[in-house]
Amino acid sequence: MKKTVHARQDKIYDITIFIILSIIFLIVAYPLYFIVISSVSNPEAVASGQVFLYPIGLTLKGYGEVFKNNEVMTGFLNSLFYTFCGVLLNLTVTLPTAFALSRDKFNGKKLVTIFYMITMFVSGGMIPTYLVVKNLHLLDSMFALILPGALGVYNMIVARTFFKMNISEELYDAAAIDGCGDGKFFFRIALPLSKAIIAIMVLYYGVGHWNSYFSALLYIKSEAKFPLQLVLRSILVQNESHLKQAMTTAAQIKAMEEKRQLMELMKYSLIIISSIPVLVMYPFVQKHFVKGVMIGSIKG
Amino acid sequence: MTTRVLKQPKKNKTTQKKLLKSFKKNYALWLFVLPGIVLTFIFSYVPLYGVQIAFRNFNPKLGFFSSQWVGLKHFIRFFDSPYFFMTIKNTFVLSFYSLVAGFPIPILLALLLNSFRHKRYRKVIQTVTYAPNFISTVVMCGMLLLFLSPRVGVINSVITFFGGEAINFMGEKSLWRHIYVWSGVWQGMGWSSVIYFAALSSVSPELHEAARMDGASKFQMVRYIDFPSIIPTATILLILSCGSILSVGFEKVFLLQNDLNLSVSQVISTYVYKVGLIDNNISYSSAIGLFNSGVNALLLIAVNRISKKLSGISLW
Repeated sequence: MKKTVHARQDKIYDITIFIILSIIFLIVAYPLYFIVISSVSNPEAVASGQVFLYPIGLTLKGYGEVFKNNEVMTGFLNSLFYTFCGVLLNLTVTLPTAFALSRDKFNGKKLVTIFYMITMFVSGGMIPTYLVVKNLHLLDSMFALILPGALGVYNMIVARTFFKMNISEELYDAAAIDGCGDGKFFFRIALPLSKAIIAIMVLYYGVGHWNSYFSALLYIKSEAKFPLQLVLRSILVQNESHLKQAMTTAAQIKAMEEKRQLMELMKYSLIIISSIPVLVMYPFVQKHFVKGVMIGSIKG
Repeated sequence: MTTRVLKQPKKNKTTQKKLLKSFKKNYALWLFVLPGIVLTFIFSYVPLYGVQIAFRNFNPKLGFFSSQWVGLKHFIRFFDSPYFFMTIKNTFVLSFYSLVAGFPIPILLALLLNSFRHKRYRKVIQTVTYAPNFISTVVMCGMLLLFLSPRVGVINSVITFFGGEAINFMGEKSLWRHIYVWSGVWQGMGWSSVIYFAALSSVSPELHEAARMDGASKFQMVRYIDFPSIIPTATILLILSCGSILSVGFEKVFLLQNDLNLSVSQVISTYVYKVGLIDNNISYSSAIGLFNSGVNALLLIAVNRISKKLSGISLW
């Protein structure tokens, strides 16, 4: 008797969570889907609210407009460059540090850990940091974007935990007997065994560099060096476009209206294009991402 | 007396030798940590030392540390200004609202997903809900402006389709906080749930089996087994987010600000930026920034202490 009551309750429970999860799924997925279908629709149909479930009047004009835009293309290449150099520096600083701190025999472990922990809780703030960058003559230089964040403490702890869990003490001992020093051990043995954590670090740092605009806003002055996110800001958020000529005749006004709709359409395409690097990596590395969070939650 | 004097340096020498020896043994590892330490020192510790410009009248010619000392002048000026109450209130309201809305939802999502049997559908939902986390702040705000646009936005299209009147969302300051907070929930809930999901995956299946034998329903298992098992994780995260309650993220607020909503959207960090880097009021804005981090630190300590007393869980 009791069992059947529970079986019924379970069924109700299952159906309820199925419905709730489906609603959540739709809420998250629909805006993303809408961006995709709008980016390939006729601008007029998007502007008048006809596009809802599928693209209308299939066109790639928006994408054409993006590729014609020099600022966007320069920004895209700049961002790729910043991300590449930034991640390279992040790895060369973070991984050795994490490795050293994962070793029990390292006598500076405690001291160095405290040194980093302090920076997690107190910071000088925006203005003093800006002044340091300025005094080092790094304004308007790529170094201002990659040097200050060379080591993310959270990422370093994730990597340290990984090394601790995956590289056993016996392995060290065996290598030491064969006359392998710490440096050699790190490059020859530890790194090749740590592809997963390298992937996690590349992604965490990579997404961070690709998406960041704030340090560029503070430190980069010349437009030729703008990363993509700053260009996106002026187009998507500040709505700056190049159609500020005076329009008088009806034909001109109509042309202007069309141009304006095209600009709106371009925004959708722009969102997609700016997400390409992340979209390309996402399916491959999703499981690594999650693993990284899990390692981070264990701490060491 | 003499023996004591003689003994002391000898002892020092041996500890020094020991230190030197262990340093030699670890020299490669010390080299490994060196670059990170140098960079962190320059970009985290020097600014920390530079915080003292908040107590000086910054003069670019005299530089960082020899400008005139003025004590608490800039702090008092901030406390007396009309912006003090406004920015503090906006920061608090926005943070607190984000916390109340954004904290429980990921927990709920993780619990639901964890007790959902259908593995493939579960995977699909996870993949989709994580995705917005990787959208940049700029793109996120661009999306909001597109969707909410009074003329061409999809939301207003729906409203007018059903005979309603188009709303100028970004111009309506009473809506600004809701837009900010709920778009943040949309973007972050999937990703924030990962950590709870990890905690749930460590719950022993034997507990569930035993509960089943005792005739527990599914809902009861979630209520009495799964939920309690993530409370420690949730507490730690709650303490951390309470500790940063006054440091509402600069990036998104800044991008969604406009002249119409400034009275609800000017928070401490955006005000620091405006005063310091736009109006070039270096010392004054450093003082505001320092005040902000001071309050944050105090909040963190207080919340941690309360939690330690109530639940025995604490950060340190």
